[in-house]
Amino acid sequence: MMKKLIIGLFALSVNLLPNVVMAASASVPLMEANNDISDQPSLQRGAKLFMNYCLGCHQMQYQRYERTFRDIGIPTEVGQEQLIFDGSKVGSHIKNAIAKEDAAKWFGAAPPDLTNVARVRGSDWIYTYLKSFYKDESRPFGVNNTLFPSVGMPHVLQELQGLPTAITEEVEEHGQTVTKIVRLETDGTGELSVDEYDQAARDLTNFLEYVGEPTRLESEALGIKVIGFLIILFILAFMLKKEYWRDVH
Amino acid sequence: MFGKIVSWIDDRIPMTRVWNMHIAQYPAPKNFNFWYFFGSLAMLVLVNQILTGIWLTMNFVPSSEGAFASVEYIMRDVEYGWLLRYLHSTGASAFFIVVYMHMFRGMIYGSYQKPRELLWLFGMFIFLALMAEAFMGYLLPWGQMSFWGAQVIISLFGAIPVIGDDLTLWIRGDYVISGATLNRFFALHVIALPLVIVILVFLHIVALHEVGSNNPEGIEIKRKKGSVAEEDKPKFKFHEYYTNKKDIVDAIPFHPYYTVKDIVGVVGFLILFCWVVFFMPAMNGFFLEAPNFEAANPLKTPEHIFPVWYFTPFYAILRAIPDKLIGVAAMGASIVVLALLPWIDRGRVKSVRYRCGFHKWNIAGFVVTFVLLGWVGATPQTDMKTIISQICTVTYFMFFVLLFVYSKNEKTKPLPERLTK
Repeated sequence: MMKKLIIGLFALSVNLLPNVVMAASASVPLMEANNDISDQPSLQRGAKLFMNYCLGCHQMQYQRYERTFRDIGIPTEVGQEQLIFDGSKVGSHIKNAIAKEDAAKWFGAAPPDLTNVARVRGSDWIYTYLKSFYKDESRPFGVNNTLFPSVGMPHVLQELQGLPTAITEEVEEHGQTVTKIVRLETDGTGELSVDEYDQAARDLTNFLEYVGEPTRLESEALGIKVIGFLIILFILAFMLKKEYWRDVH
Repeated sequence: MFGKIVSWIDDRIPMTRVWNMHIAQYPAPKNFNFWYFFGSLAMLVLVNQILTGIWLTMNFVPSSEGAFASVEYIMRDVEYGWLLRYLHSTGASAFFIVVYMHMFRGMIYGSYQKPRELLWLFGMFIFLALMAEAFMGYLLPWGQMSFWGAQVIISLFGAIPVIGDDLTLWIRGDYVISGATLNRFFALHVIALPLVIVILVFLHIVALHEVGSNNPEGIEIKRKKGSVAEEDKPKFKFHEYYTNKKDIVDAIPFHPYYTVKDIVGVVGFLILFCWVVFFMPAMNGFFLEAPNFEAANPLKTPEHIFPVWYFTPFYAILRAIPDKLIGVAAMGASIVVLALLPWIDRGRVKSVRYRCGFHKWNIAGFVVTFVLLGWVGATPQTDMKTIISQICTVTYFMFFVLLFVYSKNEKTKPLPERLTK
């Protein structure tokens, strides 16, 4: 009876898990980022993209250059020379010089800090977002985003990707005809091919995921040792208990 | 030499006496099962929370300007700060898991019944203090969910007639949740409530050792003096405090038998606990909610506001009722009614093993209700879920109503004379 209850409870709780995750996602299905935070070359390319294209507006105000370089395998001097553009010391936080008020005026909202964006939105969201810009003349910057409609951000990676155009289709929905975007098509003006841009988006996503939790790999490496130790301790504790309890009938 | 030191201390404080009375010669039933691990595990988690909490406090800045940044500082710049923080945040959820299991154990084996009513009540007060502790601790990282969760929960007090608005003002220390709220919650979280919890845990154990543990069979191991034949008494030495008043059967000394057994439970628990800490500390958004990685912004309401999972069953009861005041009252009643279990259950047989079949179904239904309420309270509301939460609110209270009715003249199975398994 009790066993059945426990199994039932477990089954129920497993069913519960995906729900919260689903609640956080938008109506657009997310693409899988398939990034890997142990892939250091990818992280290094992502860091380069971030420093060149994102840092102008978005900060990582809680993360420092030095530990970032160390974690993703960039020698400090190389990082100092090639990835710090404002003369900051290597121990500084990754910040820019834009005043929040100005940025809010220019873009409608202050560009959010990106230190934890991967933990707030998830990696797949970021990857999808980077691939969801399209040409929309009605918007102030001439671009819109299918994942984040009416976004205030310009398509800063346009020189890499080009500016995709939206392919629309008339669909019947609740008895009304609405125009829906079915897919985005590249216009071929970018420096990168479609596959190369996917990789760039993946690298940037990867870097943002790393910054969201820079200790993830360290945590897992330590975790394996700790759990290994505990399993051995469990066996010893169990044998000790058996030995003591031999005379209890 | 060692003996001399011990007797020197014993002449001044009752060290050996207390050790024998409460540990080495304390009679515990010999048939404790899996469910009896959770008391000692709750103590373990309490110690974990206090220790990691002390070290977190060393780097935490309790101000609305500095709190969020200081948590990120702990996560990124403090040596092993991430580990301290994850141990503490996972510990909070683990605390509720072990406490819910511990309470459920009390329910299925009737551990709240006479003479253990006070023991149960102290436990319920610990549960209340724990909820307050967790709620206030959740504000401290000053993330979006910290801020808006606290906003929702504190506004509940506003539903109380006449004093409501003044009460919320008094709790917040401001007209909105602000640095003033954060400062007082910090003080209460690190000093007042831990102190209350430790004192209540002490009283809980004092009460336990006075009446003795119940067990899965639900029959007492302490019998009337002179009623047990000499050959039926256990061969172990128990403290006179217990043997002078009663004859004891089927008991073993707490130490070494249950100390070595609890070590197995502790290590088993730590394996699961560390797996979460090291590999999935956010637990899919259940232990650390995603919006809380964004600093509190009073001008931006999150899309959905949920309390952390351990509050969601009670939160679902609140949301099930359209009227705010009645909802708050129902939520309060759902906890009070648990505290009243010793008087609601009028049965004489404690363990579910020997109670009527209907009791088993009633408990199973209660578990399903509690889990469903937790799920509904943790996910965005839909019409279907509102109906589910309303049905579950009824079945939640129905558990107690039914128990009160059928326990009076319950058809129970015959109790065994002795503990056999």
